[in-house]
Amino acid sequence: METLVFNETKIDVNEEGYLKNPAQWTPELAHELAREVNITLTDKHFEVLNWLRAKHAEGVALSIRKMGNSGIVDIKQFYGLFPGGPLKISSKIAGIPKPVSCI
Amino acid sequence: MKNLVILGAGTAGTMMANKLNKVLNSSLWSITIIDKDETHYYQPGFLFIPFGIYQPEDVVRTKAEFLPKGVNFIVDEVSRIEGEKNQINLKGGRTIPYDLLIVATGANVVPEETPGLKGELWYKDIFDFYTFEGSTQLAKKLQDWKGGKLVINLTETLIKCPVAPLEFAFLADAYFVEKGMREKVEIYYVTPLSGAFTKPKASKMLGTLLEEKHIHVIPDFYVQEVDNERKVLVSYDQKEVSFDLLVTIPVNKGADMVEESNLGDEDGLNFIPTDKQTLQSKKFENMFVIGDATNVPASKAGSVAHFEGEILLENILSYINHLPLEAKFDGHANCFIETGFGKAALIDFNYVTEPLAGKFPWPVIGPMGLLKVTRANHFGKLAFRWVYWHILLTGKTMPVTTHMSMAGKEVEKEEVTLN
Repeated sequence: METLVFNETKIDVNEEGYLKNPAQWTPELAHELAREVNITLTDKHFEVLNWLRAKHAEGVALSIRKMGNSGIVDIKQFYGLFPGGPLKISSKIAGIPKPVSCI
Repeated sequence: MKNLVILGAGTAGTMMANKLNKVLNSSLWSITIIDKDETHYYQPGFLFIPFGIYQPEDVVRTKAEFLPKGVNFIVDEVSRIEGEKNQINLKGGRTIPYDLLIVATGANVVPEETPGLKGELWYKDIFDFYTFEGSTQLAKKLQDWKGGKLVINLTETLIKCPVAPLEFAFLADAYFVEKGMREKVEIYYVTPLSGAFTKPKASKMLGTLLEEKHIHVIPDFYVQEVDNERKVLVSYDQKEVSFDLLVTIPVNKGADMVEESNLGDEDGLNFIPTDKQTLQSKKFENMFVIGDATNVPASKAGSVAHFEGEILLENILSYINHLPLEAKFDGHANCFIETGFGKAALIDFNYVTEPLAGKFPWPVIGPMGLLKVTRANHFGKLAFRWVYWHILLTGKTMPVTTHMSMAGKEVEKEEVTLN
């Protein structure tokens, strides 16, 4: 298992840097993870991150469309906040697993 | 007399009707199953039709022939579930009361969700293969196609049988090689995910197949619309992919009546919020949901419906007897992946364990290999059609454990080469 050390706390991550345990997430860690992909987090980013974390905790399969229908951002705005691959990037910063297929 | 009503006589609904008919006391419970049409399609077979491996008649049967005597079969469309009143309204005008409800209304492709998909090129240069009509139309198109740029596009990530698009790409490669025209065809696989393979071990074991078969992958492409005039896919972040022939996997949605009944998840795709372990609806305690109709984070596939069925049967019996729902679904799925030229791979996984290499169903002897491309796996896939009609639908026990087993799986990291 790989770990990263943040504020003297060991965080368990997988080989692609996604948190293994969402409970180890903090807003400060989110700022740090966002900096690595050149994103400066705003309140709007945090609304998205908190929504994703809540849905993940409910055991729901996430998708870009679902985020777009959340009432927080539409799909274009989601792309604007996390350019390139909005769900995979925001999931990483939110401390939840990468969106995957079955293989 | 109490009423148990099942909505949907597809894979999951038919299986549950057979299982429950065997165990419920017929003097206490009446079982009714409702579906809007009478044809049962073997959906895994749609993949093979475009390439002439299966003929259309290989995948079509009637629903009635798989339903047990003693179960009432009503052919009508559900307009609404009235959960507060414990009743179903049918489009034909009837109202059906229930004490216990199982929703097994599945998922369908809805090309109308993507602007331009069902436009003037639909069934001319744009096809789906997740429907009987789409796969048979595409078979005709491929027979005379002279070649060009074939684009396989997943519009969404939450789709039925998530490996089928990849299998389509592999089978297309083999089809054009065997026709002696592979050099005239470029194959592109365009996905909203980070790649055709998204999990570490599957990527490592099977990722090289794409290069070997010269299939180009365009990741992180989330299609917004299809421009029919210029024949291009346009993404939400304004990237473009041109095509000569587009094979689309349209947005998948649950039944319309889910929306009418105000039972859907917030993404508007009509999948029903369901406890991912007990399969009980999150809204009504006398409603259970199985198969593609749920919003649980498992694959939408027949094998998942089968494993869920074993759990659901136990939980329904517990519910009827006022006992806690102790059977827990673990997200178990088991899928063949056709790779062309008479070979296939096999994956077995659940909510928490990614597909691993190894042997299946028995350690060492197999005979099937997990995450390996073998002939035995291909024969397993072909044999599955018989298993589907004769064992799975009829609710008989399969020689595979309901919960995913670690037996035969290789847990430690090691190098395994494809054969």
